Amino acid sequence: MRFLLDPEQRAFADSLHAMLTASDTPSVARDWSRGERASGRALWSRLAEAGVFGLAVPEAYGGVGPLPVELAVAFVELGRHAVPGPLVETVAAAALLTALDDTGPAKRLLPELASGETTATLALGSAHVLDADAADVLLTAAPSHGPTRAADADSEAPRTAALRLAPPVRSHAPIPSLDPTRRLFPSPTGGELLAAGPQVAAAVEQALTRARLATAAQALGVGLALLDKTVAYVRQRTQFGVPVGSFQAVKHRLADAAIALEFARPLVFGAALTRDPADVAAAKLTACEAAYTTARAALQLHGAIGYTAEYELSLWLTKARVLRTVWGGPDACRDLVLSGGDRRW
Amino acid sequence: MDLTHAPADEEFRAEARAWLRAHVPAVPLPSLETAEGFAAHRVWEAELAVDHWSVVSWPPEYGGRGEGLMRWLIFEEEYYAAGAPGRVSQNGISLLAPTLFDHGTDEQRARVLPPMARGEVIWAQAWSEPEAGSDLASLTSRAVRTDRGWLLSGLKTWSSRAAFADRAFGLFRTDPGLPKPHQGLTYLMFDLRAPGVTVRPIGRLDGKPAFAELFLDEVFVPDEDVIGAPGEGWRIAMSTAGNERGLTLRSPGRFLACADRIRELWRTQGSPESARAQVADALIGARAYQLFTYAAASRFLDGETLGPRSSLNKVFWSEYDLALHETALDLLGDEGERADGAWAEGYVFSLAGPIYAGTNEIQRDIIAERLLGLPKGRR
Repeated sequence: MRFLLDPEQRAFADSLHAMLTASDTPSVARDWSRGERASGRALWSRLAEAGVFGLAVPEAYGGVGPLPVELAVAFVELGRHAVPGPLVETVAAAALLTALDDTGPAKRLLPELASGETTATLALGSAHVLDADAADVLLTAAPSHGPTRAADADSEAPRTAALRLAPPVRSHAPIPSLDPTRRLFPSPTGGELLAAGPQVAAAVEQALTRARLATAAQALGVGLALLDKTVAYVRQRTQFGVPVGSFQAVKHRLADAAIALEFARPLVFGAALTRDPADVAAAKLTACEAAYTTARAALQLHGAIGYTAEYELSLWLTKARVLRTVWGGPDACRDLVLSGGDRRW
Repeated sequence: MDLTHAPADEEFRAEARAWLRAHVPAVPLPSLETAEGFAAHRVWEAELAVDHWSVVSWPPEYGGRGEGLMRWLIFEEEYYAAGAPGRVSQNGISLLAPTLFDHGTDEQRARVLPPMARGEVIWAQAWSEPEAGSDLASLTSRAVRTDRGWLLSGLKTWSSRAAFADRAFGLFRTDPGLPKPHQGLTYLMFDLRAPGVTVRPIGRLDGKPAFAELFLDEVFVPDEDVIGAPGEGWRIAMSTAGNERGLTLRSPGRFLACADRIRELWRTQGSPESARAQVADALIGARAYQLFTYAAASRFLDGETLGPRSSLNKVFWSEYDLALHETALDLLGDEGERADGAWAEGYVFSLAGPIYAGTNEIQRDIIAERLLGLPKGRR
């Protein structure tokens, strides 16, 4: 056992970090929140060139995956740089299409997702769908039973669902999100039927697990960025003649954030290795809690400047809040952990 | 990156599991914070040692199996899953032994380690003093040079299980004239039954004599019981402080077993909705600590030292341990009040975790200053 990132995985993280730092992602995020997508699409192409989306797509469909550890590495960086867009949704759509028994939809849609030529978003029974105005592929899959509740696992009734390719949304104004870079739309109904039956229900479970893993990694990155930015701020901000970072009350709040993030990190990469739904749920819950704890500390320690829309900290602060509840909030994640069986971890 | 133990490691796990199944006492031993329980735990240490299970990571010549860190973690998982007793020799094994491996002489290792492995000599720490707690370097107990040794005088306190232990180790001021408090300290071992030592047991919250004050009045310590060079004590003690805070004091195995028992308890209570979140968090915390420790062990095997990252560990496990026991007591309801209950001993013990081995406030200072790079300030 060697439970640490390999040198190649670390180099991949470093190269993404360098590319995203050079891409002025805060400006891209501002553009995206106004519905100006050119800079976001350009960044999407660079991410595809770096191989990010190919990690979620099997070789048979033009990718190099699935490589969940590398995917987690990438999503930590995407979160760290507050990259906007249907990132989680695209890799979850790839998991869904890959998991179908029927290979037709995968052959049709996955190669262009892997290459970054198209983006995808999806609604798996949720009220909203993210970036439906920007995504080229809009998938909906409504399971005939609740998607994740533990009680359903024992249900005798066959679980089936229908997967549809919905027409693009172009006309509606978005429903505002607490994270302005997230453009929400009502989940559409109708569209072209791509697949149906128990295979879709099973594929939806795969997609949910993938979405939670990617969100967990993204949240970890959001938290790490908030910690870094706040450490830098309290080192240079002086009051009473000294850096505020020399005060113990400030230090301890940041130490607690560091502890939360450093214990979330192994859960995220452990879940990427096992792909076990209970492990993934534990990682999702813990990483999102850690990011939110860090966001609260970051706002408090920045003071009033952190509470402004102009200051770029807000990009990460607002994301830390919404990631907690998307793709399974704390309660749903705890359900999955408790239904994970008696297996010794 | 992987999470798979090698087949040979899984064989080791099976061997440990089989031995434990055959040897772990069917009835829990009495509390090791009592004279009777201490004696029973000492017998258990000897039984472990017969088949070289008391110190699996030590070299065979000192009573171990020469196993690496990963196998030690595997052993600990099996040990606590089997419901085996707490380790009365823990302070010696996790604090003094690593110091002797790094800084002791061959003669000291040959003399001290085998009886420690067999539970024949049980060690207590003698760090704190009434006026030197978090600010340990301000300690004032003296060691004065005499013919072929040193004479110890002063007062040590909060010495865990010293009421029943055989020997102790700690820091003493051998050169009081130096400018900085951490200079002029020396790491010494001494006999708790030597002339000049008075041990006064202190009852902890529940009255059990879990620690003691040590009154030292010109206690003779021969030169061969000095670890490292005189005056180097602070550096030597701190170089192994990470052991206490980090990897080897609290293994994940103990928390994994504890979380499993909490889930069992929850189910026997009818899986009350009110405790669902606490029970899920207990399971998640054990997994997080296990994986964090595997990562730390992997770093260690890469040749890195734990350093200030051990402070992350210490805050996490001490707060998590307390939360686990609070969950158990909450689940027990009225039964949770009973001091003779299965969880009471662990609860009282867990209350001390955020205080000993460097308070969690000191650990947070270390995290902020040495990991995050924040400026030093007044404590």
